[in-house]
Parts: sequence; C-alpha cells; structure tokens
Amino acid sequence: MADLWYVIVAGALTAFVLLDGYDFGAGMLHRWVARTDDERRQVIAAIGPFWDGNEVWLLAAGGALFLAFPKVLSAGLSGFYFAIFLVLWCLIGRGLAIEFRSHVADRMWRSFFDTLFMATSLLLALFFGVALANIVRGVPLSADGWFSLELFTQFRATPPVGILDWYTITVGLFAVAALAVHGGAFLALRTDGVVRDRARLAARRALSGVIVAWPLVTWATAVVRPGFFDAFAWRPLAWLFVIIALAGTVAAYAGLRNERDGLAFAGSACFVGGLLGATAACAWPALLYAVPVEANSLTTANAAAPADGLRSAFFWYLPGLLLAMGYFALLARLHREKARAGDYGSHG
Amino acid sequence: MLADALIWHRLQFAFTITFHYLFPVLTMGLALFIVVMKALALRTGDARWDDAARFWIRIFGINFAVGVVTGIPMEFQFGTNWARLSRYAGPVIGQTLALEGIFAFFLESSFLALLVWGEKRLSRMAHFASAVALFVGSWLSAYFIISTSAFMHHPVGYAVGPDQNLQIVDLGAVLLNPWALLQFAHNQAASVATASFVVAAVGAWYLLRNEHTDFARRCLTLGVGFGFVASLVVAFPTGDLQAKAVARHKPAALAAMEGRFESGPRAGITLIGQPNVAARRLDNPITVPGMLSFLAFGTFQGNVAGLNEFPESDWPDNIELLYYAFHIMAGLGTLMIGLMGLAALALLTRRLFTSRALLWALALAFPFPYIAVTTGWMTAELGRQPWVVYGLLRTADASSQMVHGGTALFTLIGFMGIDFLIGLAFLWLVARELSAGPSAHPHGTTAPEAAHG
Ligand code: HDD
Ligand code: HEM
Ligand code: HEM
Repeated sequence: MADLWYVIVAGALTAFVLLDGYDFGAGMLHRWVARTDDERRQVIAAIGPFWDGNEVWLLAAGGALFLAFPKVLSAGLSGFYFAIFLVLWCLIGRGLAIEFRSHVADRMWRSFFDTLFMATSLLLALFFGVALANIVRGVPLSADGWFSLELFTQFRATPPVGILDWYTITVGLFAVAALAVHGGAFLALRTDGVVRDRARLAARRALSGVIVAWPLVTWATAVVRPGFFDAFAWRPLAWLFVIIALAGTVAAYAGLRNERDGLAFAGSACFVGGLLGATAACAWPALLYAVPVEANSLTTANAAAPADGLRSAFFWYLPGLLLAMGYFALLARLHREKARAGDYGSHG
Repeated sequence: MLADALIWHRLQFAFTITFHYLFPVLTMGLALFIVVMKALALRTGDARWDDAARFWIRIFGINFAVGVVTGIPMEFQFGTNWARLSRYAGPVIGQTLALEGIFAFFLESSFLALLVWGEKRLSRMAHFASAVALFVGSWLSAYFIISTSAFMHHPVGYAVGPDQNLQIVDLGAVLLNPWALLQFAHNQAASVATASFVVAAVGAWYLLRNEHTDFARRCLTLGVGFGFVASLVVAFPTGDLQAKAVARHKPAALAAMEGRFESGPRAGITLIGQPNVAARRLDNPITVPGMLSFLAFGTFQGNVAGLNEFPESDWPDNIELLYYAFHIMAGLGTLMIGLMGLAALALLTRRLFTSRALLWALALAFPFPYIAVTTGWMTAELGRQPWVVYGLLRTADASSQMVHGGTALFTLIGFMGIDFLIGLAFLWLVARELSAGPSAHPHGTTAPEAAHG
C-alpha cells in the first residue's frame, strides 16, 4: 500500500510540474516574447484560465504526502523551513501578478507586475530544481527522523550539506532551461503572430541548452550520489522513463523545427515527465534519503501512515483526481482556439 | 523570548490564517448571491440582474485571487511550523486536507475560470451552472477545512497507533463530526451575513450618492433580506448550539469565555466586566442572573464550572483575550440583528430607500461581521488552548522544534510585510471597481479591460 502511495505522490508531483511548469516557463519568457501590452495580454490570456487549477496539483501532491507519509511531510517542510517560505512568497507574487496586472490600465502598474511575474516564475523553476536535487543528494536526517538545513554551507555537496551547493544549483538551472522549453512550446501552441514566433525561438534555444546539459547533469548526479543509478540494473521502469524522455527531446526538436507546436509541446512534456519518472524510479524506496547516515532515511517502509487509512483513502483519492481531470478537459475544450488579448472576461 | 520559537509559530499561524480568512468569508457568501442573481436573471429574463451579477463577479474575482494566494501558504504551515502536530495527527488531518484539495479546490478553480473567462463561450444556462458549481466548491472547501479544525477541537474516529501517533479508524466519523456540523452551520451563516452586509453597504452607498440607483435598490433588497435571516441564524440556533457544545465538551473554555472563576448553578451571563486573572475574579461585572446556566444547559439550575475547578495548567493561556473576543462577537451579533431587523422592517414598509439615516448605518456597518468572524475564530482557537488537539496534544509539544525562534520571527515579519502590500493593492482595486460602478463595462463584460484597455 505504501508503495502505491509513493507512486501517487510522485505522479501528482509530476502532474504539477508538467502543468504549472508551462506557466512557469511562459512566465520566464513573458517580457521577452511579448513586448507590447496587447502581446502581454495574450500571454496572460493563454495561461489565465489554467494556472490556479494547475497549482492545485501541488496541493493535491502535498495532501497525498501528508496523509500517506506524515513523517516525510513534517520533517521535510520544517527541515527546509526557510526555503519553503521563499517558494511560498514567490507563489504569492506570481498569483497576484497574473490576476492583478490587467485590472489597471497604467503602464507602471502593468510593467511592475510583468516583471514580478517573470522574476517569480524564474525563481520558482530554479527552486523546484534545487529542491529535487536536495532530495537526490540527501539531507542530514537524524536517527529520530528530523533535520534542519542551512541555506548553504561550503557549496560542496558533501556533508555538512546545505540547500545550495554546486550540484543543486546546477540542477536548478537545468530545471529553468527545461521549463523554458516547455513554456515556450506551450505559448507557441496557444498564441499566434509574433508571440508565437518568439516563443518558438526561445524554446529552440533553451532546448539546445538542455541537450548539452543533460549528460552533464547525469554525470554530476552519479558523482554526488554514487549508486543512484544502480536501480537501472534491475528496474525496467527506469529504462522506460528514460526512453520516454529521449523520445520527448527528439519530438520537441522536430516539432520546433517544423513548426508543429502540438508535437513540440507533447515532446517537452514527455521529456520533463520522463526525467521525473526516472528519478522517482531510482530514488524508491527512499522519500528522504539521509546523508551521511543512510540508515536514517525515511522510506516507504518506515515513514508510511498505517495501512488501513491508506487503503480507504485510495478509494476517494483516485476518483477525485479523475473528476479534476474532467474539469480540466472541459476548460481546455472551451479554450481550444488561440488566446487573444481581449480574452479576459467576455465580449471584450 | 527570541529563542522561544513557540510564540512566533503561534503568532505567525494566527496572523496568516486571520488574514486568509478575511477573503473566503466574503467569497463563500458572495457565491450564494451570485447564484441568486443569475437565477433571477434566468427566471425574469431581466438583463439587469445579469449586470448586477457581473459586478459582483468582479469583486468576487479580486477577493478570490487574494484568497488563493494567502491560502496556499496555510497548507504548508502545518508542515513548516507545526511539524510535530503533522507527524502526530497527519494520518487523520492529512486526509481531510487532501480531500479539500481534491474535491473542492479543483472544482473551485476550474469553475471560477469558466465564470470569469467563459461568459462569451458558454450558454446562459451553462454560465449559471458554473456559478452553482463555484458556490458548491467554495462551501465544500469550507466544510473540509472545518472538519479539520473540528477534529482538533473534538477528536473522533481515530485511534492511537503503536508508535504513539494517531491513526484514522473511521473517516465517516471524522467527516460527520458533530462539532464540524455545528461549526459549519454557524460559520456559513456568518459568511452569508458578511456578504449581505457588504452587498447592502454597496447598495446604500450608491443610493446615498444617487448613483446607479436601480442596481443599488436590487443590492439593498437582496442584502437586507438575506442579511436579516443570516444574522438571526448566526445567533440562533447556531451560535446558541455552539455555546452549548462548548459548555459540554470544553468547560474550561466556557468559563474563560465568560470570565467565570467560581462554579455553581444559576450562573449569570456577563454583559460587561473585566476579567482579573491574578485576583481570580471579574471586575465591575454587570450580569443577568441565571442566564448563563440557562443558555448552556437549558435550565437555570445548570451547574456552570468556574476556572477554579481546573488546574491552572489546563487553563486557556490568554483568558483576557478570549473573554473579550467572545463578548465582541456576541455583542456585534446582537447589533447586527438589530440593524438588519430595522432595515428589513423599513424595506417591507417601503421606507428603506428614502431613509438616509438607515442607509448611512448600512453603508458604515459592513466591518461588523468581519470583526465578529475574526473574534469568533479567536474565541474558538484560544478556547482550545493549551491543547492543539483537544485533550491529546499540547500546543507546546506541536511546533517545529528544529526551527529557530529567530527564523520563525523573520518569516512572521515577512508575511506581515507581504500581507500589508497585498491589503493595500486589494483595497485600491476594490475602490476602483466601486467608483467605476456596475455599468462601467457595457455589453456584458466581466473584464476590466474593456473600460480602460
Ligand atoms: C458574523 C459573525 C459571527 C457572529 C455575529 C457570531 N458568531 Fe460565533 N463564531 C463565528 C462568527 C460569528 C465564527 C467566526 O464563524 C466562529 C469561529 C469558529 C466557528 O465555527 O465559528 C464562531 C465561533 C463561536 C463559538 C466558539 C465555538 C468553539 O469554541 O469552537 C461560540 C461559542 C459562538 N461562536 C457563539 C456565538 C454566539 C452565542 C453568538 C451570538 C450572537 C455568536 N457566536 C455570534
Ligand atoms: C479551519 C481551519 C483551522 C485550523 C485547522 C486551525 C488550526 C490552528 C492551529 C494549528 C493553530 C496553532 C496552534 C495554536 O496556537 O493554537 C491555530 C491558532 C490560531 N488560529 Fe486557527 N485554525 C483554523 C482556522 C482559523 C481561522 C479561520 C482563524 C481566524 C480567522 C483562526 C484563528 C487562529 C488564531 C487567532 C490562533 C492563535 C491562537 C493562539 O495563538 O493561542 N483559525 N489554529
Ligand atoms: C488552516 C486552515 C486553512 C488552509 C490550510 C487553507 C488553505 C487554502 C488554500 C490552499 C486555498 C487556495 C485554493 C486554490 O488554489 O484554489 C484556499 C482558499 C480558500 N479557503 Fe482556505 N484555508 C484555510 C482556512 C480556511 C477556512 C477556515 C475557510 C472557511 C471556512 C476557508 C475557505 C476557503 C475558500 C472558500 C477558499 C477559496 C478562495 C476564496 O474564496 O478566497 N479556508 N484556502
């Protein structure tokens, strides 16, 4: 049962990164791909109906973690205390920027929120990459299951570790590039005119960076966490995810070259999803890997809530997710066409 | 002081939740008004109800956005600030919180998007259905979060597991916790009352200025109608039942709410007085004899325990604040019934729209319900002290012990700064909408764009 919930948590988190990830990507590119007010309103209209629902996937993943692995949730959130609040404050800023910018037709007001939108989106992508890297590298859990991390120590990725070191920052930057591809492909799909052209261009450039950096990041991971990739020897699922990710890069590349935006977006989604899936497959069964004392790790075996509760929660959690996907499909159907500047509200 | 993190964790949670709640308290009630206005539009075919709904959807949207961005940090603070609570009670409250995300927040966020972005794309019926779905979503989210809170006030459906942490035994019992049903009824009535006061205040304001008079009359009629009923329901039966439940299950909290130290039957209810904890008495009391016994137990002979009966370690730790919070809530409740009663009478005798005194009173009274809900939650949460999960886990044993006091103070100050700025921007945006008025967006736009952009 606990392993099933591991899959659910990982799946919901991946859904969050795939969905809200394109909002982050669109945000990062916002001021660059859209230069006039009309163009910027087009970008906002492209993500406007979706971003809040996408963000709820973070809450859905958090909820699953809370009910299934309360020890991981409590140790993780309090251990990363300060970093979590940086993330939360960025989420506040981003939400307000999307919702408030178009309410007032004042140049300075809009310019302020456009920049806020861009900065918070960029930082959020960076932070989520850093967070993932921390989990891969490991955190200094004590025997009773708690830890507390400094923001940084000596940037060396060896104990005593901090949240920021060369490895976590590298992964953070990699996440920024990957989500720039994803967001660029999304905007190409949902907008037209110059915004689409610039979005394609941005996605292509970011994709080149990703293709160069991917092997480097993989190598860095093997250095920082020796044995992480051992799982490949006996977990075919990990291979499957890597193949999906590889196919995704090819599709994204081809899609961006041939102006087939749907293909490009599907490709970037496969790439991001495949990478996260492979990471989750390699990390299992540890949810929080402990350094330097590996035995202190919180795993599906020692951190799960009692099985009865997990079993009953399974019966409402999955149908609930199906419902949520239904709402999403409804929204997406209504917004099939490309987004326009006057879209916000109606009859505009 | 600085090193003692507990106080900062508590203040941060209290500050952020109080600020968050200022927004949903309006949107939950307003969702009902929007449904009613759209239903009236469909029924009567009168497009002016559509215009009215559109105005309130814009106010709703601004409130909702702030509700969302202030709500997300709440979810995380269980883990960041109350790590030992989360580890201990997570198998139970993790379920109700996850239920809220899955069944309520997805619903709300999707259908708000349809309501705001979809009027052009949807039929009138489908647009109305979106309003209904949004209403259901927001009330569901309230129910789930209140069942979380209710578990902490009155734990049911759980067992203590082998590792000393809680485990869930009966999800049905947790969801149908009688405490949750009571809290939900009282709290939702309060939320409808809040929206009524706001809707009526806007109507009164426009009428006093002789602007948008048709819209203003519609708002006043609905606002006063709903406001009167909701204010009554807040006090009776729901508030009364809450008080009875507290008397039964949290006697120390009731004693503190009333500033009562001695036990005994024929307990009087305090109208005015200052609790003096050091001397263990109430200074300058004015009481109605026997009333408290009657209200709490339905008979004047009911024995109402005083604080002296409980060890001091089980006393709520801020008796003065608890006492004043409760009295402010109940006092404002009485005032609200009085004002809405007068206004309803005037409405029925067709004098409301011309009575400047009443219009002024309605235009200025909208903060009352906001103050009452805030003090109401203070009553509930302070009354639960010194427990975080009543009778099971003390607040002092629930916070994140790994987080240093200075760090918690820093994030508290950070939230104060951010929320202050959000508050300013919010007030400014709402003021702009109010001065633009309901007819600022012709041809049925919900968008701020059309007018300015
Ligand atoms: C418009 C707002 C409002 C008004 C006028 C009142 N209340 Fe209230 N009250 C609330 C809004 C509220 C609330 C914010 O909604 C609370 C907080 C927790 C809850 O469930 O509801 C609450 C809590 C609350 C509690 C605490 C329950 C607990 O400890 O868990 C009691 C005993 C009462 N109320 C009783 C009353 C009485 C006797 C009132 C008499 C008129 C009254 N309330 C008016
Ligand atoms: C419904 C969900 C809620 C839950 C689960 C909840 C839970 C908590 C928790 C865990 C604490 C910290 C521990 C403590 O100091 O008691 C707390 C304190 C507090 N909460 Fe709530 N709360 C909820 C709703 C609210 C709302 C809506 C308000 C106000 C509008 C509120 C006002 C407060 C206050 C004032 C405190 C501080 C009490 C103190 O420090 O002694 N709560 N609550
Ligand atoms: C600790 C307590 C609380 C937590 C963790 C919490 C969490 C949240 C979150 C995460 C959101 C944003 C949802 C989205 O992205 O769409 C939200 C919004 C909302 N919350 Fe809370 N909340 C708390 C207290 C309350 C209480 C006490 C109520 C009502 C009784 C409430 C009612 C709502 C409603 C109706 C919304 C929708 C947005 C709005 O109307 O402003 N919340 N909350």
